[in-house]
Amino acid sequence: MRRPFRNGNSSAKTVSRRGLILGGAQAVFMGILALRMRHLQVEQADQFRLLAEENRINIRLLPPIRGQIFDRNGTIIAENEPSYRITMVREDAGDVTSVLNKLTRLIELDPDALNRAIAEMNRSAPFLPVTIADRVTWEDITRAAVNAPVLPGVTPEVGQSRRYPMGRIFAHVVGYVGPVSSRDLERIRDPEPILRIPRFQIGKVGIEAEFETALRGRAGSKRVEVNSLGRMMRELDRKEGETGANLQLTVNAQLQDYIQARLGELSASAVVINCQTGDLLAIASSPSYDPNKFVHRISFADFSALREDKRRPLASKTVQDAYPPGSVFKMLTALAALDEGLITAAETVRCNGHLEVSGRRFHCWKRAGHGKVDLEASLRESCDVYFYELALKVGIEKITDIARRFGLGTAHDIPMSGVASGLTPDKNWKRLNRGHDWVIGDTVNAAIGQGYVLTSPLQLAVMAARLASGKSVVPRLIKKIDGIEQPNRQDPPLGLQDAHMQQIRKAMYEVSNNRRGTAYQSRIIDAKFRLAGKTGTSQVRNITEAERKRGVTKNSDLPWNRRDHALFVNFAPFDAPEIAVAVVVEHGGGGSKIAAPIARDITLQALYDGDPPLSAYPAKDRSKIKAQRQELEKLRQPFQSTRKSKV
Amino acid sequence: MSYLEYTVKTVPTGLRKILFFNWPLAILLTAIAALGVLQLYSVAGGSFTPWASPQIKRFILGFLLMVMVGMLPIWFWRSVSSLAYLCALGLLLFVEFFGAVGMGAKRWIDLGFINLQPSEVMKIALIMAIASYYDWLPLEKTSKIIWVILPAAIILLPAALVLRQPDLGTAILLTLGGAVVMFLAGVHWAYFITMITAGIGLISIVFQSQGTSWQMLKDYQFRRIETFLDPTNDPLGAGYNIIQSKIALGSGGWSGRGFMQGTQSRLNFLPEKHTDFIFTTLAEEFGFIGAISLLSLYALVLVFCILSALKNKDRFSSLLIFGIASTFFLFFAVNMSMVMGLVPVVGVPLPLVSYGGSAMLILMIGFGLVQSAHVHRPR
Repeated sequence: MRRPFRNGNSSAKTVSRRGLILGGAQAVFMGILALRMRHLQVEQADQFRLLAEENRINIRLLPPIRGQIFDRNGTIIAENEPSYRITMVREDAGDVTSVLNKLTRLIELDPDALNRAIAEMNRSAPFLPVTIADRVTWEDITRAAVNAPVLPGVTPEVGQSRRYPMGRIFAHVVGYVGPVSSRDLERIRDPEPILRIPRFQIGKVGIEAEFETALRGRAGSKRVEVNSLGRMMRELDRKEGETGANLQLTVNAQLQDYIQARLGELSASAVVINCQTGDLLAIASSPSYDPNKFVHRISFADFSALREDKRRPLASKTVQDAYPPGSVFKMLTALAALDEGLITAAETVRCNGHLEVSGRRFHCWKRAGHGKVDLEASLRESCDVYFYELALKVGIEKITDIARRFGLGTAHDIPMSGVASGLTPDKNWKRLNRGHDWVIGDTVNAAIGQGYVLTSPLQLAVMAARLASGKSVVPRLIKKIDGIEQPNRQDPPLGLQDAHMQQIRKAMYEVSNNRRGTAYQSRIIDAKFRLAGKTGTSQVRNITEAERKRGVTKNSDLPWNRRDHALFVNFAPFDAPEIAVAVVVEHGGGGSKIAAPIARDITLQALYDGDPPLSAYPAKDRSKIKAQRQELEKLRQPFQSTRKSKV
Repeated sequence: MSYLEYTVKTVPTGLRKILFFNWPLAILLTAIAALGVLQLYSVAGGSFTPWASPQIKRFILGFLLMVMVGMLPIWFWRSVSSLAYLCALGLLLFVEFFGAVGMGAKRWIDLGFINLQPSEVMKIALIMAIASYYDWLPLEKTSKIIWVILPAAIILLPAALVLRQPDLGTAILLTLGGAVVMFLAGVHWAYFITMITAGIGLISIVFQSQGTSWQMLKDYQFRRIETFLDPTNDPLGAGYNIIQSKIALGSGGWSGRGFMQGTQSRLNFLPEKHTDFIFTTLAEEFGFIGAISLLSLYALVLVFCILSALKNKDRFSSLLIFGIASTFFLFFAVNMSMVMGLVPVVGVPLPLVSYGGSAMLILMIGFGLVQSAHVHRPR
């Protein structure tokens, strides 16, 4: 088998020569490799080192704790509660279905949510935790934790979630939070990275939204080393965030609670304001809704029910809605005439039930007419003709000017959603917006708070407060931010004569305390808390001629949504005014019958800082009031137990 | 005076042969393998499992195989060359029809204890076949066209089979390895120039085929070439490997980040860090100094092989040594170029360093042949 070696000299020479060429070529190539190494590792080392660092370090955000919200006495309105959820890591679970089967035997899981979680798990990286049950009870969490050994990959987690312990009471004021939506992100310019954390909650409406930045606080961060899949390997360092600011509101939770109960199922709103400082003591709108449902992501059925309710539970009627104020506006018309010196309080006007103005007949609410009325009687009995006459003398510009001094026609600066500015019309406005010239009839209508005049309940309360105190108080809703008292502000002085103001106040006193006053039925007996007010009944739509012919003259004959609004504004005590109240009951009918008793009850509740003695009420009403109080007791929240004072 | 220069009149016999082995070469191979084991230990996070420990066992087995092959006379190996080639070809045909499919390619036969890759076997068998062909062929016929077509067919047949698996990298290495032996045997320059021109033409045809019904490469192979040309246009997809690999290399700097301190490999940014991309982890942890040292070790292996080949008067032996050395060169040169972004990622391991059984054993058998040729050289 051994053959001779084959070696010719020429053969060996060829092999050697070509071998050397080959070796040379290989050497050249290795030289290129070495140069490349030098290029990458020596010349560009710094750049690549930087890239490697960027690769490895990942910044994780630590969500801040949201600031709490309290009422003026320290009662918690919005707080954070630990929220428990169960998450699962696919990679650690191994057999996902068997683990989930075991888990369903331990705790109840929503099958839909479970299927969504499984789908999410299959989509995302195997080491990422996926929430399989959110907002589980403490019992369920402990059950899952105790059984951890047979549930690989399942982790009970604790996070923070918003809770509104008073439920629907402050829904319209404080609003609610919810998970950041893509719409939110589009709306916010340059959103903070924290907002992109899944399930991070931000304020959606109300104070939660208006004070979002302060309440949210600042996110902390930790730098972690991650591997190529983004899995955290270890924590490098950590920067704690800042807890959001705590807010203390000027509202009195107990009073607000009473008002919500008192308004009940009416489509109504009420505002209580301190008429010396402008502090809003209560600002309630009904019907209300439970903001906690929104935090928990409200069901479609619940949401449609809220949206389709004709009484509009979602609307914050105290600030968002503007109504024709009706007779409540008459004080301002009167002040305009007094201030111009066109009338004196004693001058009388003859009311025979209507007034002809440039060929149109304007009716007084009292068909038969009031006869001879002076200023006090006109307000007391709410005579319309008297104010028609004033309107013709004063003109719209002066009336509007006075109305604006009382805070109508401007959106008050309070941190609630959709604060309406209402409307104090003038000639210019009509030309610009309606394309017609102002006519005298418009002035006549405006004089009794109809026509184009629109006011929100908040504006009416401010107006009443300014009438009572003579100060241009500005409403304040935020008392303290993180313990720092926020100033009470005032608008420029009203610039009206004290004597005129006093005449108006006296007339308002008569409304409630004179046997002929429109609100006499809702007077306060307690001498030190006498109430001065004004009723208003504002038409939503005129009763048409056709309807009149058919015999529809009474409100109760009309469908609900065309009935009159019932209004009442008042201040009390008459001698030393402390608070002003405005109540609007949508389509409630007459102001004296519907709105005035509510306002009276609220006033007493506020002045006594709790339930007033029955002796404050007229003797014949006391049994009725007692029964009503027992009824309300069921709706109200037990206060002593939740009250805390830590601000 | 070392024993390298020590010559005896006759070829040594019996166990005495072991003294006449090319020991510096063996020591160099051991040193390279040791470096590989060290790096496998490092990429496993300071653990002998799962890679370092089996790699040690395989190297010991490979070393024993090298000694055994080296002890057998070179004329025995010459006479079994054709048989080895035919066996390897048979295995390639076998995987074509029955092979296990991994990573979208049919590559190996599962023998139970080892996954045998016929393409690896073919790398050595082909060198042997071409070398023995030129040993047999009368010198004056070397450049005759008919005698050039025959070895070309011997080379291209297995290369085509490997390409069908599909394994572009190995197919190219096989072709280049065979062509090197033809070149050394003295085939006329003109053939090579013609072939290179034809090759360029072929490549353009292959690219033309993309997206047509007669597409000649799998999509991932096209993508590899495209990402090579511009890795940054798909940094999280196909270009990721090259970019991360360059970052690892570059961040190593002059002296490296320290043994087991490479963040890129530690944190799994590197793909295939224990196989094809192991060089990047070494370069990251030991820096330019480490990388150039490994390159120098490889260069020394080549130097010792070339010296041995040049001294060998036997045509078969010197062609065989050159061929095996060149295959070795092609392995590490392509692997390093690949991880340094000079050529597309083609899936070629770093010889003796990358984790992998059959490649290591085949390579050691190849060096066994080099030893055999060295020991049994005519004197």
